[in-house]
Amino acid sequence: MSKGSPISPSLMAAKSAGASKASERVARPADAGVDTAAVSPVLGPNNVVPPTVMTGSQAIVRSLEELGVDDIFGLPGGAILPTYDPLMASRMNHILVRHEQGAGHAAQGYAMVTGRVGVCIATSGPGATNLVTAIMDAHMDSVPMVAITGQVSSGVIGTDAFQEADIVGITMPITKHSFLVTDPNDIPHVMAEAFHLASTGRPGPVLVDVAKDAQQGQMTFSWPPKIDLPGYHPVLRGHNKQVREAARLIAAASKPVLYVGGGVSKAHASAELLELAELSGAPVVTTLMARGVFPDSHPQHVGMPGMHGTVSAVTALQQSDLLITLGARFDDRVTGVLKSFAPNAKVIHADIDPAEISKNRTADVPIVGSVKEIIPELSEALRALFAVSGTPDYTNWWTFLNNLKETYPLGWTEPDDGLSAPQRVIERIGALTGPEGVYVAGVGQHQMWASQFIKYERPHAWLNSGGAGTMGYAVPAAMGAKVGAPDRVVWAIDGDGCFQMTNQELATCAINKIPIKVAIINNSSLGMVRQWQTLFYEGRYSNTDLNTGHDTVRIPDFVKLADAYGCASFRCDRDEDIDATIQKALEINDRPVVIDFVVSPNSMVWPMVPSGVSNDQIQVARNMTPEWEEED
Amino acid sequence: MTRHTLSVLVEDKPGVLTRVASLFARRAFNINSLAVGPTEVPGMSRMTVVVDADGELVEQITKQLNKLVNVIKIVELTPESSVQRDHILVKVRADAATRLQVTQAADLFRASVVDVSTESVVIEATGHPEKLTALLSVLEPFGIREIVQSGTLAVGRGSRSMSDRALRSA
Repeated sequence: MSKGSPISPSLMAAKSAGASKASERVARPADAGVDTAAVSPVLGPNNVVPPTVMTGSQAIVRSLEELGVDDIFGLPGGAILPTYDPLMASRMNHILVRHEQGAGHAAQGYAMVTGRVGVCIATSGPGATNLVTAIMDAHMDSVPMVAITGQVSSGVIGTDAFQEADIVGITMPITKHSFLVTDPNDIPHVMAEAFHLASTGRPGPVLVDVAKDAQQGQMTFSWPPKIDLPGYHPVLRGHNKQVREAARLIAAASKPVLYVGGGVSKAHASAELLELAELSGAPVVTTLMARGVFPDSHPQHVGMPGMHGTVSAVTALQQSDLLITLGARFDDRVTGVLKSFAPNAKVIHADIDPAEISKNRTADVPIVGSVKEIIPELSEALRALFAVSGTPDYTNWWTFLNNLKETYPLGWTEPDDGLSAPQRVIERIGALTGPEGVYVAGVGQHQMWASQFIKYERPHAWLNSGGAGTMGYAVPAAMGAKVGAPDRVVWAIDGDGCFQMTNQELATCAINKIPIKVAIINNSSLGMVRQWQTLFYEGRYSNTDLNTGHDTVRIPDFVKLADAYGCASFRCDRDEDIDATIQKALEINDRPVVIDFVVSPNSMVWPMVPSGVSNDQIQVARNMTPEWEEED
Repeated sequence: MTRHTLSVLVEDKPGVLTRVASLFARRAFNINSLAVGPTEVPGMSRMTVVVDADGELVEQITKQLNKLVNVIKIVELTPESSVQRDHILVKVRADAATRLQVTQAADLFRASVVDVSTESVVIEATGHPEKLTALLSVLEPFGIREIVQSGTLAVGRGSRSMSDRALRSA
């Protein structure tokens, strides 16, 4: 029932035109938002389906198919049961997870590598609340995602029925929008609206909660539905006058910095950014959410800013006279104490979300729109200016920054306990896998090291939980990434703490032949918390020891655990085995691989800007702050 | 901090009031008053939100409200360019001895008596918040039993219509 609707010859042309749009969308999803805004806001090929009577649950499945969905992550239960029946007959690939949080993060990972909307499904009550962490994560990091949840029948909503939770209410502050569907006839347009909202403007999670009786009831399905969102008009093109003003500021600046955030990744604007960067000659910093959006190997890249950023990147922002902010949001982990952040800089702020502009730092030149549109406009305006007044001379600025890059490169000290340095393990994973790999981190020390010591050369190669800081993100998100990009090597670089939060998805990976590779950076502790206890709590290690590492009871034994899940598993506890173990993992592609890298618990993440102080107080090692040469 | 009156045109959808209220709570914005009701356009409601905030915060509030998908349009109404009214019902202690004084006080504020009993009267008044405060201070000595007050309602002066313009631009 869910395939092969009759299409008359006169509609074939429209269909094939639509189909070519769809393939473009896969390749360049950001364009799709622009295209479809002009053509049709309904995602997918916009097949014409004449009115057909079916059940609400069939309509959900059919809508997903018409929207071009290929993969779904979910777990059934009572209130979503009707929808799982037609799903069985669908061409779509449903991956049964072991916990709904895994479905949510998998949908995120899928969305982050493909640029398409990730889809997850859960039942009512606890099924839905298990999605909450992933929804919040997607909201913080602007990940396009649609979460479909079953709800108790409309007649008993509000009666504390079995497995009833007000999931629309619970997720209201952490979704871009949400729908409660009680009439099956609303399903097609709600689904189309949900996908439109999730994927356009500033992307984000959209929840569709469908009452059980709306799934079971009869309705008349037709496609494409009409999208009716009178209050939703994302602005894509930057204002001309603002763009010209921004170009004037760039041409007049002596210490500009391109402060690049995750928005450039979401907008698929790396090529445009490269052009602007090379045209302007300005240094580029890539935030945690933007790693890889600009190649690390490019001479104009000065590193990642923020609490654990490079000295060169943090200082570039601090001493800058002009921040060219593109799809970044002045997060507190980047700015440190806001008052003292980049005190002498004027701010150009380009963002698709007007609410981000001047939220934390007042913008001198606000530009609302997609960076995909704004960056080329800015390049054009700049080229015109340079043609008249010449290219600005940033020689002094570059001398200063290059000196910092050389003096304070990223590095680590060898642990004094004879165990491996976690940084080396991560560096070797990146070096042996290469820039086409996908690297998915959990949250904590290993996340920071993975952002520092893997060389990112392309966008959509680095996935992490940036805004939310969700421990347990890595394994399920890597699973989703591997489903979205089956030809790429996908590494979950996880901590021993994070791994224990969501490792049940190894079962999903093993059974569904999703051969991810998991590197547990096992320092036997909640490492980042431990680092703070070392630095700020006199080494009182309150509740951070996990007993998984060297010289402990090893509960759990990660090698045995992974073996029980049907994964290949290795332990590596010596420097000389690191490369060989990674190579072994890279050669296995028929099942997931888990490596327990036993590393030192004493390694710390440096540089670091301690919480609550100015970025000028960056430390390259404990209590070591660079000497600032006064430049002028 | 100054007082700002925002007129917010919204889709009349379930949960829209919760979305607005929860946004204020979540972002730690203070609502001074909020009034909501249907408009001349079917399917659209209008909220009048009064907030105490300085200029930058009002801008942030407006931007965050605009991000709500059900919010169609927001206009800030200044006191000079709008008519703003509060509505109040006050139950005041009034027996045979004091009833005349209470009703005379109400008359002075062009308020009306809408219920009478042997022990009390209910007075209904409409006006600027300042006028209603003055009325309450006059009634206070008699003994106020209950106060029920609406949020501020506001409409722009002149012939222009907010929903007209919103529908044209949509």
